[in-house]
Amino acid sequence: MRTLYWLAVLLLVCPGCRRASPDVVRVGSKAFTASAILGELVKHLCTAVGVEAVHRERLGDTSKTWEGLLAGELDVYVEYTGTLTQEILAKEQIRSLEQLQATLARRGLKMSRSLGFRDNYALGMREEQAEALGIRSISDLEKYPKLRVGLSHAFLERADGWHGLKQRYHLPYATPRGMEHALAYQGLVNGSLDVIDVYTADAKILQYGLRVLEDDKSYFPSYEAVLLYRADLEQKSPSALASILRLQGAISERQMQEMNLLAENESNPIPETVIAADFLADQLQVRVEARPESTLDRLLRMTREHLLLVSSSLLLAVLTAVPLGVFASRSALLEQGILGLVGVVQTFPSLALLSVLIVLLGQIGTIPAIIALYLYSLLPIVRNTCTGLSDIPLSLRESAEALGFSWVARLRLIDLPLASRSILAGIKTAAVINVGFATLGGLIGAGGYGQAIMSGLDKNDYRLILLGAVPAVLLALLAQGLFELIERLIVPRGLRLKPAR
Amino acid sequence: MLQLVGVSKSFQGVVAVQPLDLTVAEGRTTVLIGPSGCGKSTLLRLMVGLIEPDNGQVLFDGVPITRSSARQLRQRIGFVVQDGGLFPHLSARENITLLARHLGWPASRLKDRVTQLAELTHFPLDKLAFYPAQLSGGQRQRVSLMRALMLDPTLLLLDEPFAALDPLIRYELQAELREIFRQLNKTVVLVTHDLTEAGYLGDEVVLMHAGRIVQQAPYRTLLEQPAEEFVTRFIQAQRPPETI
Repeated sequence: MRTLYWLAVLLLVCPGCRRASPDVVRVGSKAFTASAILGELVKHLCTAVGVEAVHRERLGDTSKTWEGLLAGELDVYVEYTGTLTQEILAKEQIRSLEQLQATLARRGLKMSRSLGFRDNYALGMREEQAEALGIRSISDLEKYPKLRVGLSHAFLERADGWHGLKQRYHLPYATPRGMEHALAYQGLVNGSLDVIDVYTADAKILQYGLRVLEDDKSYFPSYEAVLLYRADLEQKSPSALASILRLQGAISERQMQEMNLLAENESNPIPETVIAADFLADQLQVRVEARPESTLDRLLRMTREHLLLVSSSLLLAVLTAVPLGVFASRSALLEQGILGLVGVVQTFPSLALLSVLIVLLGQIGTIPAIIALYLYSLLPIVRNTCTGLSDIPLSLRESAEALGFSWVARLRLIDLPLASRSILAGIKTAAVINVGFATLGGLIGAGGYGQAIMSGLDKNDYRLILLGAVPAVLLALLAQGLFELIERLIVPRGLRLKPAR
Repeated sequence: MLQLVGVSKSFQGVVAVQPLDLTVAEGRTTVLIGPSGCGKSTLLRLMVGLIEPDNGQVLFDGVPITRSSARQLRQRIGFVVQDGGLFPHLSARENITLLARHLGWPASRLKDRVTQLAELTHFPLDKLAFYPAQLSGGQRQRVSLMRALMLDPTLLLLDEPFAALDPLIRYELQAELREIFRQLNKTVVLVTHDLTEAGYLGDEVVLMHAGRIVQQAPYRTLLEQPAEEFVTRFIQAQRPPETI
């Protein structure tokens, strides 16, 4: 038992050790292609001047990178001015660049000049349909109330998103439910949607030949790409900072679209790290060696990360949930209280729980993911431990008590072995669910198979989705099989026999 | 040996045992008998401290059985429940020796004692390695009896030990049990609802009805001098063979 505890502690501390080295510049990116490429550009520019850098890719939406930067988990990432003024700092009512810089400075952050391109929000349509209907600007939409609109979650929520747009242009559409951005593109291409929100630097505009509708009433704020970094990066690594600031004014909107297209090319997607290295060589004469991860390396790394998430959260859950279940079986009141409590945790939507944990813990990545998985694992184990113990027949309980064992001895010699099958079934359920849930780790930079699924979804790359999804399914089956094996080893033989008569 | 003084017990307002006194004679077999719900099983559980009386005291060799004293006293009390109460995850031998092993008996002593008990109860030695699920009902009861006798208790309590057995096995086991009781000379309290069984096994019969003791006497006395009308009715309800 003690060994298990130390193992759990070790598993939890390990990812922390890796992160601890102070001189490494930590670059973040959000879960879309442009952000991932920009992250690679920043990383390469650090390594080009001999500063070690890690790129924590595709950490999810804005809140993840922003919180990561504030918490000191990240040193730098590429942000858009519009996102800062309209979304993150919307409450500050920022009107000028000076005001924005001052507001950031109060939070220990700094911002570069524009990298040279904008990634504005816009509305996009299929070129041929837009041409046929004669739609060039957003104002033209007013005449076509029958068009089907699909919008991303973020666009629906944003202060500078759908609701204001609809008012400004008197758009004749009911507000649709939000959807995953990549799916909205697919819906547009296959004809089930007519109008969606797009980013102007997005490769899909080139790829699918979309028409970006003109914002003729200047509704959308400007989204200049800038480097957002911690002010202490100047002291920590002045040479790296000087190097990455060379990106200011270096990338045009067309160049960004082209880089995105290379990464999202369906037949031959090029790794972001190679695209970034090529760009630096061509445009800034910076030579760095891009070492793209081979598919096998990637699979092995994801498997390692996934196993870390699942095994450590499961181990922690077993170590706490079994005692909790034992405790709960002591009285009906305790059972109600404890099961009620761990049940409530289960009702938390996973994304909400992850977001809350990131804010509470002040960090992104492995730890919040493990804690979320741990919390989700509690219920099946606690419940099965408790019912396994309560289901012991009265005659056995009386016999055990009449023998005069102490409570602890009875638990060890009689009650727990009798409940072992039920307890193991609970752990198995938790493990299998955990393998699936752990793919959500891809949303907050905890790695695992979810990373491939998320980026595959974003890049519309089915091979990448399968590279994450297939092993995740296999791992779930493997976990199932493993626990059936463990059941054979742990559940006493006498319990597996069918009664003779 | 065992004395109940002014003992009563209710479950959620329903009276199971009315205030009563009872002395169990040392070295003899006392049978608690009566219709379902008369309180005989409750009385047996009070004797081993599985439940505590609302009023009164249960004295074992003059020491009151309470929550705190019960655990120590139980090592001197053997208890056999209706279906044997064998732990399905343990083999017959492990069931029998569980407590003694926990108390640190050396292996040789364990082995000797089990062999001795198997002889006493006519249990085949080669089946000691079997799990309860692999044993017949009669064999399971024998194992349960061996487990109860393992520490050589002074008091043996049995709760309807034959109820789940078919008539032939029951007949056989009753005869064996009578023999064993005679040999061991232990104080035995047995619960049953079968009057002939009570007469066959018991030196003394305690007839209960609605939570009180109707009559406590040897079987013969019960037949010949019923204390009240209920005794007669209960005896008649057992329907002797010649009336059929």
